[in-house]
Amino acid sequence: MVLVLALGDLHIPHRAPDLPAKFKSMLVPGKIQHIICTGNLCIKEVHDYLKTLCPDLHIARGEYDEETRYPETKTLTIGQFKLGLCHGHQVIPWGDLDSLAMLQRQLDVDILVTGHTHQFTAYKHEGGVVINPGSASGAYSSITYDVNPSFVLMDIDGLRVVVYVYELIDGEVKVDKIDFKKTTAATHSAH
Amino acid sequence: MLLDGIEDEDKWLAEGIAGIQHHAFYMHRALDANNLRDALKYSAQMLSELRTSRLSPHKYYELYMRAFDELRKLEMFFKDESRHGVSIIDLYELVQHAGNILPRLYLLCTVGSVYIKSKEAPAKDVLKDLVEMCRAVQHPIRGLFLRSYLSQVSRDKLPDLGSEYEGGSDTVTDAVDFVLQNFTEMNKLWVRMQYQAFFGLSGLQGPGRAREKHEKERSELRDLVGKNLLVLSQIEGVELQMYKDTVLPRVLEQVINCKDELAQYYLMDCLIQVFPDEYHLQTLETLLGACPQLQPTVDIKTVLSQLMDRLSNYAASSTDVLPEFLQVEAFAKLSSAIGRVIEAQVDMPIVGAISLYVSLLTFTLRVHPDRLDYVDQVLGACVRKLPGNTKVEDKRAIKQVVALLSAPLEKYNDIVTALTLSNYPRVMDHLDNGTNKVMAMVIIQSIMKNDSCISTADKVEVLFELIKGLIKDLDGTSDDELDEEDFHDEQNSVARLIHMLYNDDPEEMLKIICTVKKHIMNGGPKRLPFTVPPLVFSALGLVRQLQGQDGEVVGEDMPATPKTVFQFLNQTVDALSSIPSPELALRLYLHCAEAANDCDLEPVAYEFFTQAFVLYEEEIADSKAQVTAIHLIIGALQRMNVFGTENRDTLTHKATGYSAKLLKKPDQCRAVYACSHLFWVDDQDGVKDGERVLLCLKRALRIANAAQQMASVTRGSSGPVTLFVEILNKYLYFFEKGNPQITSAAIQGLVELITTELQSDSSNVKPASDAFFASTLRYIQFQKQKGGAMGEKYASIKV
Repeated sequence: MVLVLALGDLHIPHRAPDLPAKFKSMLVPGKIQHIICTGNLCIKEVHDYLKTLCPDLHIARGEYDEETRYPETKTLTIGQFKLGLCHGHQVIPWGDLDSLAMLQRQLDVDILVTGHTHQFTAYKHEGGVVINPGSASGAYSSITYDVNPSFVLMDIDGLRVVVYVYELIDGEVKVDKIDFKKTTAATHSAH
Repeated sequence: MLLDGIEDEDKWLAEGIAGIQHHAFYMHRALDANNLRDALKYSAQMLSELRTSRLSPHKYYELYMRAFDELRKLEMFFKDESRHGVSIIDLYELVQHAGNILPRLYLLCTVGSVYIKSKEAPAKDVLKDLVEMCRAVQHPIRGLFLRSYLSQVSRDKLPDLGSEYEGGSDTVTDAVDFVLQNFTEMNKLWVRMQYQAFFGLSGLQGPGRAREKHEKERSELRDLVGKNLLVLSQIEGVELQMYKDTVLPRVLEQVINCKDELAQYYLMDCLIQVFPDEYHLQTLETLLGACPQLQPTVDIKTVLSQLMDRLSNYAASSTDVLPEFLQVEAFAKLSSAIGRVIEAQVDMPIVGAISLYVSLLTFTLRVHPDRLDYVDQVLGACVRKLPGNTKVEDKRAIKQVVALLSAPLEKYNDIVTALTLSNYPRVMDHLDNGTNKVMAMVIIQSIMKNDSCISTADKVEVLFELIKGLIKDLDGTSDDELDEEDFHDEQNSVARLIHMLYNDDPEEMLKIICTVKKHIMNGGPKRLPFTVPPLVFSALGLVRQLQGQDGEVVGEDMPATPKTVFQFLNQTVDALSSIPSPELALRLYLHCAEAANDCDLEPVAYEFFTQAFVLYEEEIADSKAQVTAIHLIIGALQRMNVFGTENRDTLTHKATGYSAKLLKKPDQCRAVYACSHLFWVDDQDGVKDGERVLLCLKRALRIANAAQQMASVTRGSSGPVTLFVEILNKYLYFFEKGNPQITSAAIQGLVELITTELQSDSSNVKPASDAFFASTLRYIQFQKQKGGAMGEKYASIKV
């Protein structure tokens, strides 16, 4: 069992002063094995904070990140799953599932994690999963009105991944759970 | 010689101890034999060792302790009349025959203690006799130790309330009188000690150092004197009234009259420490009244600070005690006492005065948390003591000023309260630029930590005045003093702060953002990139709130309407483009454009887009930055629905034009196929131009071809097949969306083209594009098998 934290679009300090205190108290070091971040942190301080939660930190570059060395896309393998990471402003129309599916095929991944819309979504698509963890700080978005802060925890176990989405609604953290199984038919040729 | 001095002293001490042991040996034999005469003789000889003048207080103490232990045994013997056969009254007479005064008085005190215990005479008479008799020894050290012995042996025999020695004519007053008298005499001896020649150790030492050593030795004896105050505080019968009427006046009288700096400081401190806080509170006037009468060199500020700290803690201990503070007007008394002390001690360093105010402020915050006027008064009084118009320079004084300013923040957990203190900024003005910034950061952190919302423009104004050190360059700061990392931290903190300036009411919110803008615009090119974005998003939040409201608000100078806010936004972002920070400005303009779109304001949206394009054309030169910028432009433009055909055409034309002009072919290709989405928008009926979509895709194909040719010329290998696969995916996208221009034949052709390309390039394995193509083909299969309308659509494509 592997716990993967997916979050992004914090936009600190441009659009939010910090992560919500309730999230901060939930996110404690030592519980999470990997962090995948869709970018727009935007400052080093946030990067350093994420590092304290888990040293295995993967970040794709958002259009507001001051750190220019983050890659545009990134892939990594966790257990039996191949994951792809991209901020998403490069994929037009923004947040469009069919266009994201193309990126998923291009990166050849089971799970694609993108951001930019500040709206939590999770879709099964052609045997894979496309996830947007939303904005962890509930930052203003031109695309989404009334953004609730949210992040995603993925529990990867064998061929199964359970996606927990944590959303802060009116000061209360609500948790939702979505279950995905990787079908053997969708396995990729080993490269 | 100093060394010889110390060695001599050790020798003398050893001799003294040997003497005590020698005589004690014979004394023991006499005690064992119940021989009173010999016991008295040898004990007196033993006690004669204490007559030495050659030892320092420290060594003398060692010697005294040896004798003290032996006297306990003697006392046991005295107690048992059956062993010596003499009545206690006779014994009391008998010991007075000892030849030397010092041994005689030690013996007398020892017998006296037994005498009181026997209750053959009233305790007060014996005590009075002893304390008077001890006057006979006027040598400071010998006298101090003798009286200390008296105090020790009589301690459990005082006629205190509830004690077995009280009653009849013996009252608490006698106990108090006795201790006070012993205290007074001891203090006199102690004070006199400074005039005494010291122990033959001058030698090579200069007079200054010798005196210093002497004072240090004297200081070591202070607890012998102070012990009396402790005894007084432990007498049950000393309740408030007696403390007020007898104890305090007499102690203070001695303290003031002794005119000795060391004694005054120590005893005041001791007095405050040993007696209960409640007593201090009830005698505040007397206690504070003594302060200006002390020697000018006495460190009275420390004494007062300790008093105030104790009273503060007392106030914090229970809310029940607070009415007492009000009743005795503690604040007014402390406040004026501090003023008098500072005036009386003209040489007091500035740090001393400020630390007094820190203590007073701590006291005020604990005792009168509701009296902001008191808090402001303290700050004001402190400002008056600070040198006008100059910065505090002493490091320790600066620290105290910071403590003074931090205290209200910690207490109220709410900067808004501090914002109402008129003297707060005046104190801050006395800080140097560096510390001023540190303090500003403390203020911001306090706001963040407590999640305090600053909700009016007036308060924002005051707040920015307080943190101006972070907002703009202050006079006398040069750039090279700046630490880059610190500067970033500071500016990021200001950026965070801007989110805390908020009001639900649009009118007030507009005033707030205008106030913020006024201040941050003075920040200069280095600060604006930090401060403009949060302000822009704050304003965009206001637009959201106003959105859908009727545009006409009458009777306001500056009505809170979306249009007003957009004007504000235009000016604000413009400040960024001129510093220049074009990439950031471009992103913000696009956000503004989308917001204007949502408000259905076509000309405003068009204006923002124009600004974004101008920046792209004139300011963004880096090819990588161009790629990101053009994607952001396309992405935002794709979402716009406010534009009429004409405006839309102009902008889409620009976007496709710039896409095709990117430096690298693959970037060109991707931007151009992204532009296809500008002509076909799912949820916009007006925007479904299949032909122009196809034109874009064909153009992308041409660029992909060119890219490949270039690659084969320059690298001798075929180029990025992946671009073709990407375009194939775009064909599939529009094919599924029902664009009539995208035919299955075209898709079939593209599939075959890619297959050929990949095969011809078998030498140079490109696993990424292979896998991409494979998963695309799998997708086509998947769609074919889906059945229904989609399956039918895909039926003619063979893979």
